[in-house]
Amino acid sequence: MSAKHTHISDVLVIGAGLAAERSAIEAAEAGLSVIILSLVPPRRSHSTAAQGGMQASLGNAAMAKGDNPQIHFEDTVKGSDWGCDQEVAKMFTETVPSMIRQLDYWGVPWNRVTAGKKKLPSGLEVEDTKDREGLITARDFGGVAKWRCCYTSDGTGHTVQFVVDTVVCKLGIPVHDRMEAISLIHDGETCFGAVARDLRTGDLNVYLAKSTVIATGGAGRIYAASTNAVINEGTGGAIALSTGVVPLGNMEAVQFHPTGMPPVYILMTEGARGDGGYLLDKNLHRFMPDYEPKKKELASRDVVSRRMVQHIRAGYGVDSKFSTQQHLWLDIRHLGRQWVWTNLREIATIATNFNGLDPAKDLVPVIPTQHYTMGGVRTNKDGFAYGLKGLFAIGEAACWDLHGFNRLGGNSLAETVTAGYIVGKQLAKYTLGATQTFNYKLIEDFVKKEEERIKNLISGKNGRENVWEIRAAMQTAMMDHVHIFRTGPALEQGVAKLQELYRRSLKIGLRSSGQGANPELAQALRMPGMLRTALCVAYGALMRTESRGSHFREDYPKRDDTNWLKRTLAYWKEGADLPTLDYEPVACPYMPPGDRGYGEATAGPKK
Amino acid sequence: MGRQLTISCFRYNPNIPGDKPRMQDYKLEEYEGMTLFVALNEIREKLDPTLMFDFVCRAAICGSCAMLINGRPRLACKTMTRTLPSRFTVMPLPVFKLIGDLSVDTGTWFRNLQIRTESWIHTNKKFDFNALEVRMENKTAEAIYEPERCIECGCCVAACVTANIREDFLGATGINRVARFILDPRDERSNAEYFEVVGNEDGAFGCVGIMACADLCPMEIPLQENLAFVRRKMAAAGLKLQFPGVKIS
Repeated sequence: MSAKHTHISDVLVIGAGLAAERSAIEAAEAGLSVIILSLVPPRRSHSTAAQGGMQASLGNAAMAKGDNPQIHFEDTVKGSDWGCDQEVAKMFTETVPSMIRQLDYWGVPWNRVTAGKKKLPSGLEVEDTKDREGLITARDFGGVAKWRCCYTSDGTGHTVQFVVDTVVCKLGIPVHDRMEAISLIHDGETCFGAVARDLRTGDLNVYLAKSTVIATGGAGRIYAASTNAVINEGTGGAIALSTGVVPLGNMEAVQFHPTGMPPVYILMTEGARGDGGYLLDKNLHRFMPDYEPKKKELASRDVVSRRMVQHIRAGYGVDSKFSTQQHLWLDIRHLGRQWVWTNLREIATIATNFNGLDPAKDLVPVIPTQHYTMGGVRTNKDGFAYGLKGLFAIGEAACWDLHGFNRLGGNSLAETVTAGYIVGKQLAKYTLGATQTFNYKLIEDFVKKEEERIKNLISGKNGRENVWEIRAAMQTAMMDHVHIFRTGPALEQGVAKLQELYRRSLKIGLRSSGQGANPELAQALRMPGMLRTALCVAYGALMRTESRGSHFREDYPKRDDTNWLKRTLAYWKEGADLPTLDYEPVACPYMPPGDRGYGEATAGPKK
Repeated sequence: MGRQLTISCFRYNPNIPGDKPRMQDYKLEEYEGMTLFVALNEIREKLDPTLMFDFVCRAAICGSCAMLINGRPRLACKTMTRTLPSRFTVMPLPVFKLIGDLSVDTGTWFRNLQIRTESWIHTNKKFDFNALEVRMENKTAEAIYEPERCIECGCCVAACVTANIREDFLGATGINRVARFILDPRDERSNAEYFEVVGNEDGAFGCVGIMACADLCPMEIPLQENLAFVRRKMAAAGLKLQFPGVKIS
């Protein structure tokens, strides 16, 4: 066996979600030839699952008056707990309003301002004025000073991805779906493309390009319970890490969303609380104001998730048929049937489908659930990956570092298209000026290496470990040791367990023949990479002896700006069973570290 | 103890030389809240690692997992096993090209649909980075969102008599897609231009009116109403082409 097909293009985009497609559009419009690879057809990407909306300071809604990019910037930095790259956050917040309007021009049916007086669930009366009628409206979200989250009902990711994909269709950009990049081709200095496995046939293909973009989304599936789609296994980051020269940044920064719905852990949008929903405990008491008197249910996600677990630990969790663990309730009944089934229709449908509940009259069980990977392939502010020339990363797969240690709700969907545009422009500029020569021997060696891995998995040459057992054990270890509340001893145990599993993952042998597009083989090929990723999370968390944003150490409960105003860079050296950690300083040129205005440091333990 | 389920699965991998289409039974114990997503993964992880099927979001929003469940096209991820008898069949969707077992190539089919119907906003306006958005009534945005909710799962196509016998029929999803653009004031195409795309037997006039699509759409999109809307538009455009000067209300 050797590579079935070789494809050459100027730009290779790995992934077909929103960041991927938006960058592909930018490159194609610059006249470059682009090929998009994806595990699934673009419109099945996990971007389509984003519900609540996209943050942009349009300032059209009554509660958005006076908003501007500077306020959005400040909210983002506070949300990140001063972990983000402030240059990136500046660029992002200034660009995102025109991105929203461009999406509108392309066809996104954004909900609009309707003029008139309105009474909010909080009792507050507001008036949307006639002069703003028909412009794009916004809803409230966590950790923000203004209503800024632009939306189409609660299916925003769906509409935005479908519309961006129409532009990809119109431009005729080829998408090779069911094609998985399984390694990057490189010589330690330059990236030349990727070896990919065809998930229709099992054949290996070679993709060569001047520029390669990793836009494969998050790695939520290293946890047993995640809101992420089943394809979010961090494959793009893992193949970058495997090069030994490209680092993953801040992998210990993992977001847990306050409202995953057990037992399936599907997301209930933050828009539910943004629109006025409450969190209730077993006594049907609205407890968030007790902890966070100012922001209540709309503190940042890291804070709300911790407060929820704290409240459950204090004995107020709900036992119910919906979950084997204690949970809390999401209450949106007071928003009214019309509102729920128009503006929160997707989550209402999900609650009906999976738990037989109608949120217009029923409480919905919720529990904080792994949701977002703030870390990823570390890049500079133009999206160039550290370590290899010609390699770029964007979206959730990247650590561009818009989010630092906690991402604000609505900033990820906004990041996808904004980074797609900004990085897309930079990568187009780079590619137009680049030449590429391909060393055939080098390419063949990479193909041979993958063939060898496949052959050994099928023959069981290295061992007979079961891939599904190892995956389940990894997911459990991450739940038990690397979750919302972290401690040194628990993390140490977690790292040891993951190391053991990593060594076992190198001895996987298939139980099936591995022929064709065999799903066991696909999983087995990913498994060592997933464990390396998991180890970057666990080991990074162990070594970071402070609490910042979503990374909370019970043994180091305070943010430590003296020692930890820095970003973790995790490298994987060949033959290692633990990442090598390095650190770089986080600059705060516009906003020095200060008070977030919510959270334990501000509000204290409980009022 | 839950029920003992027997899931009879269609098996055939066209990439394995000599493989033959067949049905294969798998037995597993049911538990509270079990979906077909859980059941099929359990089969793959414990009984048969070769079984091919597609799931992505497992939340009934991405459209990957449509299959024939006891003969009806449905999304497997949101199908609770308790709604099924203890023995049932799962088969791949018809019409779409088989990849293997329960996995079919909806991606290529839908890509062709987008291109054939030119499903993107057609406008002569240029985007101005410094301009405000063009105003739109909120109810117009909501009207566009209704057909835009289609997740391209293929249930309506698999259930369609016409699509099963005519390869080029756009299906309810295609007609719905065109309705979405007709409703959108940003798209400058005239009815006559849409007539070129759907005013024929492969489009709005190919439907024979069984309406299984509307019964089986997992998103409950009003496909019957959308067909009526597009047909009326196309009938008007057709009349205008044939009898210019005739007034149509």
